[in-house]
Amino acid sequence: MNKQLLHVSMVSMVLLAILIGATTYWQSWASADLTNRQDNQIEAVAQLSVDRGKILGADGKTVFATNTVSHKHGLTIYTRRYPQNGLAAQTIGYSTSGGTRTGLEQSLDDYLTGANTNLSNVMSQQLDRLGGQTVHGDNVVLTLEAAAQRLALRDLAGRCGAVVALNPRTGAVYALASSPTYNQNLIEQPKGYGKIGKIKGSCGDASALVNNATAGLYPPGSTFKLVTASAALDSGAYTPSSTFYDPGYCTEYGQKVYNSSAPDSPGGHEAFGNVTFAQALEHSINAVFCNIGQHIGAAKILEYARRYGFYHLPPLDTPPTESLASGLYKNGKLWWPKDPATQVDAGRLAFGQFNMVTSPLQMALVAATIANHGAEPKPYLVQRIEAPDGSIVSSTTPQILGHPIKPQTASELNQMMQLVVQGGTGTAAQIPGVQVAGKTGTAELGLGSLYDGWFVCFAPASNPRVVVAVVVEKQPNGFGGSVAAPIAKDVLEKLLSG
Amino acid sequence: MLTAVGFGSVYIALKSQISTGSLGYAVFFFGLYLAAHLVARVAVPLADPYLLPMAALLTAIGLTEIYRLGPGDAFRQALWIVIGVAVFAATLLWLRRDYRVLERYKYVFGVTAIFLLFLPALPGIGETINGSRLWIHFGSLQFQPGELGKVALVVFLAAYLRERREVLAQGRLKDWGPLLAIWGGAMLVLFATNDLGSALLYYGIFLALLYVATNRLSFVAVALGLFLVGSFGLSYTTPHVQERVQNWLHPWSANRIYCPFNGHMEFRQDCQSYQEVQSLYSIAHGGFGGTGLGSGIVTNASGNQIVPDYNTDFIYSALAQELGLIGAAALLLLYMGFVLRGFRIALAASDGFSKLLAAGLSFGFAFQTFVIVGGITRVIPLTGITLPFVSYGGSSIVSNFLLVAGLLLISNRANRERAAA
Repeated sequence: MNKQLLHVSMVSMVLLAILIGATTYWQSWASADLTNRQDNQIEAVAQLSVDRGKILGADGKTVFATNTVSHKHGLTIYTRRYPQNGLAAQTIGYSTSGGTRTGLEQSLDDYLTGANTNLSNVMSQQLDRLGGQTVHGDNVVLTLEAAAQRLALRDLAGRCGAVVALNPRTGAVYALASSPTYNQNLIEQPKGYGKIGKIKGSCGDASALVNNATAGLYPPGSTFKLVTASAALDSGAYTPSSTFYDPGYCTEYGQKVYNSSAPDSPGGHEAFGNVTFAQALEHSINAVFCNIGQHIGAAKILEYARRYGFYHLPPLDTPPTESLASGLYKNGKLWWPKDPATQVDAGRLAFGQFNMVTSPLQMALVAATIANHGAEPKPYLVQRIEAPDGSIVSSTTPQILGHPIKPQTASELNQMMQLVVQGGTGTAAQIPGVQVAGKTGTAELGLGSLYDGWFVCFAPASNPRVVVAVVVEKQPNGFGGSVAAPIAKDVLEKLLSG
Repeated sequence: MLTAVGFGSVYIALKSQISTGSLGYAVFFFGLYLAAHLVARVAVPLADPYLLPMAALLTAIGLTEIYRLGPGDAFRQALWIVIGVAVFAATLLWLRRDYRVLERYKYVFGVTAIFLLFLPALPGIGETINGSRLWIHFGSLQFQPGELGKVALVVFLAAYLRERREVLAQGRLKDWGPLLAIWGGAMLVLFATNDLGSALLYYGIFLALLYVATNRLSFVAVALGLFLVGSFGLSYTTPHVQERVQNWLHPWSANRIYCPFNGHMEFRQDCQSYQEVQSLYSIAHGGFGGTGLGSGIVTNASGNQIVPDYNTDFIYSALAQELGLIGAAALLLLYMGFVLRGFRIALAASDGFSKLLAAGLSFGFAFQTFVIVGGITRVIPLTGITLPFVSYGGSSIVSNFLLVAGLLLISNRANRERAAA
């Protein structure tokens, strides 16, 4: 019987060895997958007992996100708190006890929970764990200037829209305001989610949870003329002093497309007669840009749009899912025409109509490129990440995304944009003692007298330090120069003085 | 004995990590183990010296984790350990001369096994817990008679197979009668009470002993085939079995399905397979080094235990979380050591009854560990059964102390014969 006994004992050993193998599988290979599952109650509790890092403003003092501590059933529970009453809510995002995260709370989760394991801290983390010590996350210091952010939201005053402010040389984002906004503390309150759903801006169909600055797509109107002008000037075929004749309309497919209405003018529309290229931008003359567009072609304009970063998600520290790419859209999808010459109305595209939509961040990057002598900065929100003991875990080095336009073109556009503010459509953005360069935009929506008003600008023009892009949605007679330029001016002033 | 002191100190070290107030348990446990050891020295002086310390260590690990999960249960468990040790001592003293008298009463054991299994199905004293009718209660005292039935059944099988092994090997049908009758009855009762874990365990022991006794792999193959066909059929007809198989194959559902517990549409991981899935999360949370004993996550923010039955069927996932891969592997190695000593005794024994008895007890011990830990780690479908010596539960503790007593008796006899020869 001994032979059989040996066999059975071997079978027993194999069975028990399988158990060791299976346990090893769950504790090493499969462990990460299991940890990330939404229904993992153990991990949910583990998250509660992590002292999540703070999210701070550029001054290192303004607290965008912190924790309150409570003790329950022998557990130390950290609950996320947002003290700034919805300031930058969409950018900061939220982190719930159920593990739902958005905004920077999602994209920086590894740092905030101290899970960014590397060779130097893996040992100390395991020892902390065995010692039952609380895991302390890293603190994040942002580039956001709370005062400018607050001012932007105050000026938007519940209207739908967004304000983006950034440094044209480094790409540091000073303000990323989206209106309407919401208080993140509501998320975990009973019925709080429903309350947020009821928040409506003046435009009626806004969602306060969406970050309009990065994921809001608006027809750019005349601000897109900056892209058309870039293509025209870069080609060498045009200079700011190139002359045009403006009869008050341009002819598209045999039909007249008129300039903006002007009841005082003969024919009811603006007509400027003989103008230079610079004057055409100053007064935002559609007919001139229509002709330029027809001349250089839709392919050229779209190529420059793509050089500026259209058709790609602008790089930012927020989750990619919370940004949208600018460009032509067809049936709700980003559309790159195979044959622009026949598929795209080059004249209308040139002054920012024809299915072109852009995010405020993208237009801010266009202005930043012009301000930065043709070099496009990479925008960023995270200035540095600090360990709980104050040591620097990482800090951001400014980067250049590329050179969409020649330095010569940039400086010519800079000059032309100064004219816009000095005596053109953007005079509302004038700041005493500071030379401001800007461009207005008023996008027709086909909704009667409701327009999206745009303003993109930078200052001081000779040595730009701040770029601001503003969009205010669906305003009655909301011309960019009257609804958006004053907000841009306020934010510019605040950031230049600070 | 050095091992005793060593295990005692390990126990104290484990305990002091939770709270110094629990040192009383360590002192009590050490005293109890010393008493058991002394009884063993007197009754079976030549028996294997490793089995009892290993059993004590497993019991200590279990008691520690039960204490950590709920001190109230630890007190009751300690009482059961006292009873277990008493039964252990009584068995050793009673059968120290010759345990082989048991062979004569094999049908008594066979009938007893079935009766014990059948007890919970009786109205009045039976109780259904987690869809299985495998408990009986006298007042507030609950008991799982199936656990004791295991030992009785091994005795019966060993005695019967020893007597008939030659004729059985020839494969004549009439010799199989009593064996198949008792076996079939047992299986029927088990399925009637939905105690799939015990059914699987018994069938495993039956197959192993059949092979050892007859040396006919074909019997095992046929029996295994019958079992697979049977369980395949059952998985279609019995909702309880079907659910277990579904939970095993697809613990996470992508869509909401009907949840019989609350009548709503839920993901399976939030309903039927909740226990299995959370138990896997518990194991995964332990990682390589574990969270440390006492600092694992066992309750949610409202203070409720996350994994139901954490201290009985699922104690392995609690241990794997707190001790990590290192601790869990060490625990399983301890089981391996115990089983190897058991088979060593079977090999050393001189007569067929002793060999079969030792092999049945050892394989049963190994296979029970495999059934529950394999179920928890998704190697096989989960069937509720206790982890020997570690899980909370009186019947389990008592029957496993009986099992150790049996192995020590066989070992003592084998060594005495060897010394005499």
